[in-house]
Amino acid sequence: MSTYAQKKGFGATLWDYLTTVDHKKIAILYLIAGGFFFVVGGLEAVFIRIQLAVPNNDFVSAGLFNEIITMHGTTMIFLAAMPLVFAFMNAVMPLQIGARDVAFPFVNALGFWLFFFGGVFLNLSWFFDGAPDAGWTSYASLAMASKGHGVDFYVLGLQISGIGTLIGGINFLVTIINMRAPGMTYMRMPLFTWSTFVTSALILFAFPPLTVGLVLMMFDRMFGSNFFETTMGGNTVIWEHLFWIFGHPEVYILVLPAFGIFSEIFAMFSRKRLFGYSSMVFATVLIGFLGFMVWAHHMFTTGLGPVANAIFAVATMAIGVPTGIKIFNWLLTMWGGSVKFTTPMHYAVAFIPSFVAGGVTGVMLASAAADYQYHDTYFVVAHFHYVIVGGVVFAVLAGTHLYWPKMFGTMLNDTLGKITFWLFFIGFHMTFFIQHFLGLWGMPRRVFTYLPGQGFETSNLISSLGAVFMSLGVLVLLYNIIATSVKNERVGNDPWGDGRTLEWAIPSPPPFYNFKQLPLVRGLDAYWLEKMEGKKGMTPAEPLGDIHMPNASFLPFVMAFGLFVAAFGALFNMDDKAWSVPVIIIGLLITFGAMFLRSVKDDHGFHIHKEELMEDDNEKGVKA
Amino acid sequence: MHADEKLTYETWPAEPEKSTLEAKNKFLGFWFFLGGETVLFASLFATYLALKDKVPDSSHHLAKDIFELPLTFVATMLLLTSSLTSVYAMYHMKNFNAKKMNLWLILTLILGAAFLVLEIYEFNHYVHEYHHTFTSSAFGSAFYTLVGFHGGHVAFGLLWITTLIVRNAKRGLDLYNAPKFYVASLYWHFIDVVWVFIFTVVYLMGMVG
Repeated sequence: MSTYAQKKGFGATLWDYLTTVDHKKIAILYLIAGGFFFVVGGLEAVFIRIQLAVPNNDFVSAGLFNEIITMHGTTMIFLAAMPLVFAFMNAVMPLQIGARDVAFPFVNALGFWLFFFGGVFLNLSWFFDGAPDAGWTSYASLAMASKGHGVDFYVLGLQISGIGTLIGGINFLVTIINMRAPGMTYMRMPLFTWSTFVTSALILFAFPPLTVGLVLMMFDRMFGSNFFETTMGGNTVIWEHLFWIFGHPEVYILVLPAFGIFSEIFAMFSRKRLFGYSSMVFATVLIGFLGFMVWAHHMFTTGLGPVANAIFAVATMAIGVPTGIKIFNWLLTMWGGSVKFTTPMHYAVAFIPSFVAGGVTGVMLASAAADYQYHDTYFVVAHFHYVIVGGVVFAVLAGTHLYWPKMFGTMLNDTLGKITFWLFFIGFHMTFFIQHFLGLWGMPRRVFTYLPGQGFETSNLISSLGAVFMSLGVLVLLYNIIATSVKNERVGNDPWGDGRTLEWAIPSPPPFYNFKQLPLVRGLDAYWLEKMEGKKGMTPAEPLGDIHMPNASFLPFVMAFGLFVAAFGALFNMDDKAWSVPVIIIGLLITFGAMFLRSVKDDHGFHIHKEELMEDDNEKGVKA
Repeated sequence: MHADEKLTYETWPAEPEKSTLEAKNKFLGFWFFLGGETVLFASLFATYLALKDKVPDSSHHLAKDIFELPLTFVATMLLLTSSLTSVYAMYHMKNFNAKKMNLWLILTLILGAAFLVLEIYEFNHYVHEYHHTFTSSAFGSAFYTLVGFHGGHVAFGLLWITTLIVRNAKRGLDLYNAPKFYVASLYWHFIDVVWVFIFTVVYLMGMVG
């Protein structure tokens, strides 16, 4: 049974991906779905910039503008950034720790399908009467008053995809704790694995408050409860707290993996050990901890009082310290290194000043008194785009170029990659730098237009032109992907030539069992260590033996689909439709039925026998 | 050890819930899941405390008017005892005695079901006696959501343990199903602990005023 060069029809491939529990294939699913939603969210951003390019524009109506900004934010955070980050975690983390798969392959697949159906559900709102229009934060005071079903799509769609993220987080935590290869101690784990670890812990503790917030809003909008109904004793500030107790750690859930990717890139392309490895680990953990202590800085103007504001202001500023440690460590990693300016390295180097700019405005916003001026202006918009685009999106683009060969077995074109980079980099700063000043001059965020003669015209036009550059950058990337996939030049284990960690010690893409024999890890940068001693690959830690692998399953798809069906029932419950309750019941029956099947049907997985593994070797030998 | 090995009383490991890699993963993963559940209930508790006694006008009853100690005390005793019986079940699981384990689990189920019956009676009582409903006030919404979430967890636990008993009735214990029984009992302890907090925060503190 060869795992290489199997020709399969389209139907078989599709079925393979619908039922796969292989972390590498799930990573590809995340990448495709996340990439798709990234393009959707990007188009929404372009519509926003077209509308705001000139004063008194009527490209979209005020109501539609609200829907577009809400969907842009929600899509980018939950359906683009998170899954793209998850794509790299799935693709790379198990390889970095020398594992054959994640701890719960079935749950991994379930997590993907829940995210996917949640995302599809949310975006279907465009085809029913209107998308959510209460902002991505969906503050209850606004959301409860929203007409139509938009906010209901938001509540149910995020609920479904949130469950997927939560179980994904648990899965990664257990994988990292239980499945490291012999010798892979915690303080030998690559930084990307460390950031996956901390991020997963953040997901575990940050998503339940969101779950509760969404449940309360669902109950209020669809089942007649009164959590946010002030005339009945309700209180809308509860939503703000629950949302931001989730929402602030969410920022770190996104940016820590970005830090992880950049840490790998800096070490690889400076061809030097990461400077201050242990302080990097410490800073990552500290950022994760402090991330839970600062949520109320989003609510300085809510009126929590000066004591609360002061405490949260100080805690917020404290996060600047571990982040600063990281910045200096990256700089000192490059210092004295033999730096190679590949496409990923371009993003990494550009990330530092961009992200620091976002950090500086972050500390400005953290001063509660000053925040009363900045609040709800374009200054805030500029700030969070600097950290999220300058941090997370740069990392995702860098990671796409860096890990493409490991995921697909072929390199993206480096020249086209650099063109993408420059277009995106220039476009990004052009769009968002000027928005700091627009905010300071008094332009409020979330307005659908502005009048001529207020001094906003030129700056907004510049900002909109920047969006054109970014769009072109993405188009070049898409062309690059298609062109290199068509060419499909296969690459070896370590296509960059500078791989330091275990993923570069095995074929690209790796066989479905990843490691024929688990590798023996002798230190930080395990593969680099062996290369420096003149060895070709890792020393095995075990004799060649049978490998235990999990079975593929269609049940994750079915479970997620059941919730998707139930969500439609819940959504139309407020219209007093006769069929709404039966639909909820049918949907839940599908989900629970699939869970029941999973529970009663034994699934022991299967073994790949030693002889088959040896045959694989021989076939490869013949081909070469 | 492999999950599909046939074992006897003599070869049964001391910690069957953690003796294969799959079992270790399940054990640890379930603890993490309970960590997430803790935050979930913490959020519900916070919401309840914020909305306790928040009613539109004085015609609505408050916490001190509606809660009664005898009923909730009996419910508490039932659930606490069910936790104890599930401990006995796990004791027999570790001694490779499937029959006795099942007996104690069935006792756990009976106690859990009795708790649920009391809770349904209690809710029904509040609705008809005090017009304290899910939709009558923010207080009502918060109360039924917190206590109802717990009740839902109990109901799910009952279905889960029943499924486990029925599925494994004929084949006894092995290293594949032992961790399943173990995490189900962990879950049962967890909902018991949550109930201790509900009893304290909702009922005892509610009666004090």
